[in-house]
Amino acid sequence: MGKITGAQMIIKCLKEEGVKVIFGYPGGKVIPLYDALFDSDIRHILVRHEQCAAHAADGYARVTGKTGVCVATSGPGATNLVTGIANAHMDSIPIVAITGQVGTAQIGTDAFQEADITGIVAPITKHNYLVKDVEDLPGVIKEAFRIASTGRPGPVLIDIPVDITTDLIDENFKVDINLPGYKPTLKGNLKQVRMAVKKIAESRKPVIFAGGGVISSGASDILRKFVKVVKIPVITSLLGMGSFPETDQLSLKMAGMHGTKYANLAFTEADLIIAVGVRFDDRVTGKLSEFAPEADVIHIDIDPAEIGKNIKVLVPIVGDAKIVLTDLKREYEKYIEKKGIPDREEWLSRIKKLKKDYPLKYDRNSNNVKPAYVVEKIYELTKGDAIICTEVGQNQMWAAQYYKFTKPRTLVSSGGLGTMGFGLPASIGAKIGRPDKTVIDIAGDGSIQMVSQELATAVTNKIPIKIIILNNGYLGMVRQWQEFFWNRRYSQTNINNCVDFVKLVEAYGGIGFRVKQKEEVESTIKKALEINKLVLVDIWIDREENVYPMVVPGAPISKMLESK
Amino acid sequence: MSHIISVLVENKSGVLAKVSGLFSRRGFNIESLAVGPTDDEKISRITLAVNAEEHSIEQIVKQLYKLINVIKIQELDPSNIVERELVLIKVSADSKTRPEILEIVSIFRANIVDVAKKTLMIEITGNSKKVKALEDLLRPFGILELVRTGKIACTRGGKY
Repeated sequence: MGKITGAQMIIKCLKEEGVKVIFGYPGGKVIPLYDALFDSDIRHILVRHEQCAAHAADGYARVTGKTGVCVATSGPGATNLVTGIANAHMDSIPIVAITGQVGTAQIGTDAFQEADITGIVAPITKHNYLVKDVEDLPGVIKEAFRIASTGRPGPVLIDIPVDITTDLIDENFKVDINLPGYKPTLKGNLKQVRMAVKKIAESRKPVIFAGGGVISSGASDILRKFVKVVKIPVITSLLGMGSFPETDQLSLKMAGMHGTKYANLAFTEADLIIAVGVRFDDRVTGKLSEFAPEADVIHIDIDPAEIGKNIKVLVPIVGDAKIVLTDLKREYEKYIEKKGIPDREEWLSRIKKLKKDYPLKYDRNSNNVKPAYVVEKIYELTKGDAIICTEVGQNQMWAAQYYKFTKPRTLVSSGGLGTMGFGLPASIGAKIGRPDKTVIDIAGDGSIQMVSQELATAVTNKIPIKIIILNNGYLGMVRQWQEFFWNRRYSQTNINNCVDFVKLVEAYGGIGFRVKQKEEVESTIKKALEINKLVLVDIWIDREENVYPMVVPGAPISKMLESK
Repeated sequence: MSHIISVLVENKSGVLAKVSGLFSRRGFNIESLAVGPTDDEKISRITLAVNAEEHSIEQIVKQLYKLINVIKIQELDPSNIVERELVLIKVSADSKTRPEILEIVSIFRANIVDVAKKTLMIEITGNSKKVKALEDLLRPFGILELVRTGKIACTRGGKY
């Protein structure tokens, strides 16, 4: 039997897991790994900062549903991954991060480029490993992929000392994985499902609340079928956007701080919330004690720790969204066959009225470039079929509000952690995962500067993403809060004219356009979409445009500030 | 309210840090902690005493279950367990006070494990109440050092 190095074994194991692409950055302690990679047909995307390797792997995972892989060296390489790993953890995205580590004999000696990365990432990984024996490698890698991608997905980090990667191991060495403490519950308790069915049938004013769990379990299809049967309006969280078509009359889009007023009012008036794959984040619930005061809650989630964490639940169902919704639909059909279809015309017409009375709105007649107008044009020009990545802040909220998401895995946005600088590297990962799709990063001028070095990654790897900057020369969301709640004292949020983005993208070898007039918006975006290269469109928007509606922090979600 | 949680974990390096780290980052205080291998050397038992509300305990148990190396968790019912901790107490003792101390020790069925010119070392095993009572009685003599293990506990009858 032939011997191979630990590094070669890592590559072999990654291939067995079906890994086609790795996002990474080399360094001293991963030279053996990169040497093995040199002979492999796994594609490696060299980023320009390790944080972006993690974000790119995250974006790749979000659009494909596969596990994203990123690699960094020991010490600073590993610590640079931290934000990306935390981001994936908060949004339950499956990534496997492989880090180099100093040799086993040096661990704990404060050696050059040593960092206790498994200690550092403990709170932000689903699990992590420090490999101390080359013969543990195959099992650990298999376990890591299993853990990252099943149950409630999440990031797993494998820290590998450099000597482990040069140690020899039988090339056919195999181990069974052994995870006695890991058995996610997939099938919901049928009794609970039937109890939920009864509650749903009896409810006069129900809403469905769909989150990222619907998308990650691949339950969007069954959700649509379920809604067709039950005819209940659907509210989503930010991460749940695309799980249900927003073009459907039963869609109420996103609820919460910058959600639609009609979604927030529907929550407030509802007598039942059927929550699927959501965690009732504070950005959705607003003041908890006044959230959905009339409603009982059916909570379906694969993570038992989410049920009852923030709000009281009447019918908890632990299980995979797809499996539970399938059971729920079947049992509901049986129930109404016997007992008849519940009459909810009154509620549905109330919903229709709420949507009519409180639409998302902005000043359409303004001659200024309104960000909402830009996003609407992006929607029209892509026919709603693009993958939209966002940065974080106002740009993110305008994208969420004014693009109509109709398919799962088409919105790539940092929800839980709210990571500025996520969009550009995530869009690189997304485009690699879905080269057939138009991938657009709707960016802010603040966020993009956190990661602008990745323009080099996009150009050198020929990744033709489109970046559309909604440039207001401010750290806009913070400025908006300063305007509303801090007496317009714009402390450190004015970043006007500090960079020429067109020249910047040109310096990297991409193409840049600048738009200052409303009339140029549509034609320029159209032009950008037609060029099969990295294109950045710098759109100067109305500087002090705010995101409306808005729930005042600490207030109930029924009370929203609205634009004049 | 004080709760005793018994956690079976894989006996691997770093597992204790993962468990204890979870408590601190979710804002729970550990009152006492004891850890050691079970009859199966691949499995360790961590016994934790935690002071928290019922709702918080439920959340912490759920969060603990999410740790991959955690195999089983049991919240022990205080009315149906044998609970022990072991304490070593070094107390000042001269020829005048020694007989009195020995008498207390004998009442408590504790043991003298070291005798020196000016000190006595006492070993006591029992539940927290008993240990506390002995501690209170010895305090007037001058406790020089006190070392205690974490609580361990086992349910009565049946099989865990």
